Amino acid sequence: MSQTRVEAPAAAPEGRSAMRRALDGAGVQNISLLIALVLLVALIGAREPVFFGAANLKTIGTAVAISGLLAIGQTMVIILGALDISVGSVAGLASVASAMIFTATTGSAPLGILGALVIGALCGLVNGCVIVYGRVNPVIATLATLAAFKGVAQLVSNGRAQGYTGSDPVFVFLARGAVAGIPTLIWVLIIVALAVHVLLKYTDIGRNIYAIGGNDVAARLAGININRYILGVYLATGVIAALGGVLITARTGSGQPISGSEGLELEAITAAALGGCAMRGGKGAVSGTLLAVVLLGVLTNGMTLLGINPFWQNVAKGLLLVVAVVIQQVRSGERRVGLPA
Amino acid sequence: MTPVLELRGIDKSFGPVQVLHDVDFSVHPGEVTALVGDNGAGKSTLVKCIGGIHAVDSGEYFFDGKTVQINSPRDAAELGIEIVYQDLALCDNLDIVQNMFLGREHRRGIVLDEDTMEEMAARTLESLSVRTVKSIRQHVSSLSGGQRQTVAIAKAVLWNSKVVILDEPTAALGVAQTAQVLELVRRLADQGLAVVLISHNMNDVFAVSDRIAALYLGRMAAQVRTSDVTHAQVVELITSGRSGDLGLTNGVSA
Ligand SMILES: Nc1ncnc2c1ncn2[C@@H]1O[C@H](COP(=O)(O)OP(=O)(O)O)[C@@H](O)[C@H]1O
Ligand SMILES: [Mg+2]
Repeated sequence: MSQTRVEAPAAAPEGRSAMRRALDGAGVQNISLLIALVLLVALIGAREPVFFGAANLKTIGTAVAISGLLAIGQTMVIILGALDISVGSVAGLASVASAMIFTATTGSAPLGILGALVIGALCGLVNGCVIVYGRVNPVIATLATLAAFKGVAQLVSNGRAQGYTGSDPVFVFLARGAVAGIPTLIWVLIIVALAVHVLLKYTDIGRNIYAIGGNDVAARLAGININRYILGVYLATGVIAALGGVLITARTGSGQPISGSEGLELEAITAAALGGCAMRGGKGAVSGTLLAVVLLGVLTNGMTLLGINPFWQNVAKGLLLVVAVVIQQVRSGERRVGLPA
Repeated sequence: MTPVLELRGIDKSFGPVQVLHDVDFSVHPGEVTALVGDNGAGKSTLVKCIGGIHAVDSGEYFFDGKTVQINSPRDAAELGIEIVYQDLALCDNLDIVQNMFLGREHRRGIVLDEDTMEEMAARTLESLSVRTVKSIRQHVSSLSGGQRQTVAIAKAVLWNSKVVILDEPTAALGVAQTAQVLELVRRLADQGLAVVLISHNMNDVFAVSDRIAALYLGRMAAQVRTSDVTHAQVVELITSGRSGDLGLTNGVSA
């Protein structure tokens, strides 16, 4: 399978089949993911027919909604050439915040949600500022804030679940409602995914994000304000992570400082890498990430159905991230000398 | 004829190191001005000052006879000054059209206007008689050195620019590709643009330039008509800053 770099030839040579063009459009990465997904579904479905039940499919869908959101934020950051490992902590902090504001405003869900999103934006801005103005490597910066934001969430909540949102109609709608037969959780994921997809693919902002990830010097020489993009992308990722935190609150009926959000960064980064985001930046797409999110969701669900020890599931997830990146590096022809790019 | 671009008394330091000393430099429309000098003489730095990448410490900057302030690459671009940097500054992960419009994308409403950009890119490449690229939707990573240079030049002339500056465009090219790029350089000047060509190769310089400006250790040793000097004189200006009655006396412009 050789990757063709030509995205959409100005004039496609005659005789190229529609099939071939469709394949090019979808990209090798996505095709491979689809094949893997089909194989996995067949494998699990054959051993556990429950898998195909509507209830189970819904379980998968709602289970991936939150990690999917974070993976989409991560996709933007990785395309920019950076990484955000603080997203899980931001989600936790936002979850606590949404419930505490909800309680403090004697039951205003909109204020709780808005407050959580604002806090997510601030967290993202802190990340961006530390990176841009402190000149700190993104991995180190967000590793630090991973700890710090989690600490803040534990401090304000005393380490305990906060409030009770389980009877508020807005939170109930978010957690268990449905529109046109599709759960609200999945709608949230779809809407955010679409928005980011349009941003990346059809706007100059998205084009510049790819440019910065591809060659930041060239981007700067072209007059692109790189600092503004770093701040903007981290801010957006913070807001998206906070939205994930709001969904955690909705699903559990209370604000959770740690439970449900810890480890989400690993899932988000794994999904993005598996979905074709190059760790060095400049490459990736929402479509690939979404496919990978579904693949990971099916895998987790399948392992649970098949009764595989959850500890092994963690090993499998870690392994998958390494394998995804190894495949990427091999395909990009990275030489096995020194520290990898 | 008045120069389209003129610098007077430019000083530029990086920390304690002064890289440009009291540099005068002028560029005329319809001409190729060769900017020569040894490695580290300050050619790229001068070009980056012109392009708004570096702020100058002192000196005057005239465009079309009027004083202007250049604080960013955007300011220079707005005047019609385009620079093809030594390291080319192309994004390998983007295609030719995307690179040509980098940072200046056309939009229709809030979305990118791909059709217009593709058409303009194709027209520009055609006007430069570039026929070597297969598809303008090809990723830049798949192009040869000469093709990349061509794309970078096409990117520079896309904007109805008045001044195009090329920093060592032929340094990494083979003989045939060098000839192609030089031909392109000459054609730009013949179309009325002011072209600045930085090069180490005396044959290239004498083949296409109308004027030669020689930098020596950050000082402008001489700016002369190409027809008034010989290879040997230019080499002397580059290596010692002076040649006969041309050049610097005691490190100061004559
Ligand atoms: N950003 C910078 N910071 C510090 N010194 C620099 C910088 N850019 C260039 N220099 C120094 O300025 C001098 C001139 O460099 P340059 O303009 O690249 O020369 P040329 O292009 O003529 O070879 C060199 O000594 C170089 O080390
Ligand atoms: Mg140079």
